[in-house]
Amino acid sequence: MDTADRHAPEPTPQGRPLTAREESERARVQALLDTRYMADLGPVEAGWGRRQFLFVTSVATAFAGLNFFVWPFIDSLNPAADVQALASTEVDLTPIEVGQSITVVWRGKPIFIRHRTEAEIAAARSVDLSKLPDPQPDTARTLKPEWLVVVGICNHLGCIPRGQRPTDPHGAYNGWFCPCHGSHFDTSGRIRKGPAPNNLAVPQYTFIDDEHIRIG
Amino acid sequence: MATRRWENGFVRWIDARFPIFTAAQHQLYEYPMPGNLNYWWNFGSIAGVILVVMIFSGIFLAMQYQPNVADAFDSVERIMRDVNYGWLMRYVHQTGSSLFFACVYVHIFRGFYYGSYKTPREITWLTGCLIFFVMMATAFMGYVLVWGQMSFWAATVITNLFTAVPGIGESITTWLWGGYAVANPTLNRFYALHYLLPFVIFAIVAMHLIALHTTHSNNPLGVDMKGPQDTIPFHPYYTVKDLVGLGAFATLFAILVFFAPDVLSEPDNFIPADPLVTPEHIVPEWYFLPYYAILRAVPDIGPIPAKLAGVIAMFGATLIWFLVPWLDTSKVRSARFRPLYRVFFWVLVVDCLVLGWCGKQLPEGIFLTISRIAAAYYFFHFIVLLPLLGLFERPRPLPYSISAPILKPGTTSAAGRLELAAAAAGDKVRP
Repeated sequence: MDTADRHAPEPTPQGRPLTAREESERARVQALLDTRYMADLGPVEAGWGRRQFLFVTSVATAFAGLNFFVWPFIDSLNPAADVQALASTEVDLTPIEVGQSITVVWRGKPIFIRHRTEAEIAAARSVDLSKLPDPQPDTARTLKPEWLVVVGICNHLGCIPRGQRPTDPHGAYNGWFCPCHGSHFDTSGRIRKGPAPNNLAVPQYTFIDDEHIRIG
Repeated sequence: MATRRWENGFVRWIDARFPIFTAAQHQLYEYPMPGNLNYWWNFGSIAGVILVVMIFSGIFLAMQYQPNVADAFDSVERIMRDVNYGWLMRYVHQTGSSLFFACVYVHIFRGFYYGSYKTPREITWLTGCLIFFVMMATAFMGYVLVWGQMSFWAATVITNLFTAVPGIGESITTWLWGGYAVANPTLNRFYALHYLLPFVIFAIVAMHLIALHTTHSNNPLGVDMKGPQDTIPFHPYYTVKDLVGLGAFATLFAILVFFAPDVLSEPDNFIPADPLVTPEHIVPEWYFLPYYAILRAVPDIGPIPAKLAGVIAMFGATLIWFLVPWLDTSKVRSARFRPLYRVFFWVLVVDCLVLGWCGKQLPEGIFLTISRIAAAYYFFHFIVLLPLLGLFERPRPLPYSISAPILKPGTTSAAGRLELAAAAAGDKVRP
């Protein structure tokens, strides 16, 4: 399509010459068309003109608005209030005999609670920290020496280590052994051998009294 | 669509294998749009945007919702109280359904006013009617999922419509329920279908657009585009115009969501569903009120009992739209040039509003009489008026083309001439 033709106003349907009034109207419209055409060529000066400024700020505002719109939807997939309300667990320690372990559920995860023997405490406290993959003294991992509370999830790839029951394998250090990829944990739940990078995590917990703890 | 030389090598590589850039170029710059579309033409694109918003919010709600009669109502309350921004997602979805219907009604009546259903755009119109039909089913089933009193009794009443079918009615209804009353199987299947149907709508929208882009948009004058002087490219002119309308619409949407989320819905639906107690006054959401009025208005017609006649009339009120391209015998599209049709169009609008108002009232006394008159007029408009008007109405002279009024002073207002000139200018700016 020839651009010049697009500018030419259409002839009257009858094909007759324009009257004076029509001619003046035609000239006015043509002037309007010319003005718009000039305006649409953009600013003559180089650099940022008003047009680019408006374009960039509009797009930036729209993008920010889109993020405000999307965030509630993303956040809706986070734990809801009723899920968070279950985020702490209280445990009665009285039935746990010395040498016995129990597993409780906190936030859907297994928590190992072990009533340690004197020998286990001694073993955990006599280790040379410099030989540990994740050096941490046993005193920093317990509130009371006889009670060990750890998250029972191997931090290699999320399996639950064996060792809670007396008949389970306890690994080379008399603690826990992860059957998935062979990580050995000691009586303080620390990694001693195998692919796990860190010790079994200690959850945040407090002693409500001598016989009860609250996890979370 | 000739092969276009794209400057960017990566774009060229993609385009040779998947011509998305050429298609975008074609639809945005080469596809001719009439230069004179007014804001009534915004509602199609707005409806498209709401469809996406509904699907988006609906998917996130589905991740929290429990489609079981024991948990459904509570899970909705959990969404409102416990889920992060759950209240927002639900109110967006709930308000969105109302405004979706509002937009689609404006879109449909714009089609009525400007004769957009006339040849060659019949398929565009028919796919549009189909979208509306599926929308009604989707909205109804979504409303049931909330499992409040109105949900339950709406489900009961609407599924019971099918008992009006002679002979096999009871069997159909039992089949719809998956039992002997609205219960858990009903809720489960409604949930599955409510998730499915929006994607069906999406597919029909694609057909709607393919048909539209084959025949091109109608325009307020209703005359065909005669050449480039009548057209402007879609981008940037109508993208910007659509965005302006969308901005205004989104403002209204936000006001409703944040300040009056329940103004368009029935308070009885805050009561959990009780299969043993029917609320005193069952009414549908506002967008179904005219149909509800028609359902209740119809008396016995000859051998047809009132129950069946009401159901036929209610479905017929929408189904008759499918026939409108052939019921309207006038060759002139736009009501601007149809002095009589223009009047009757507005009478129909008022008639629909009256039906809606009657649908809200108890079906007795004066309201029943008004409902009957309004329902009768509704069908009279389509079955009698539309064919006759085309035969007896004398249309006003049509302009030769969209741009012709610019060159023929006096055919439109000064403001109209400027608008047309500006529209015509749009085509000139692409090199």
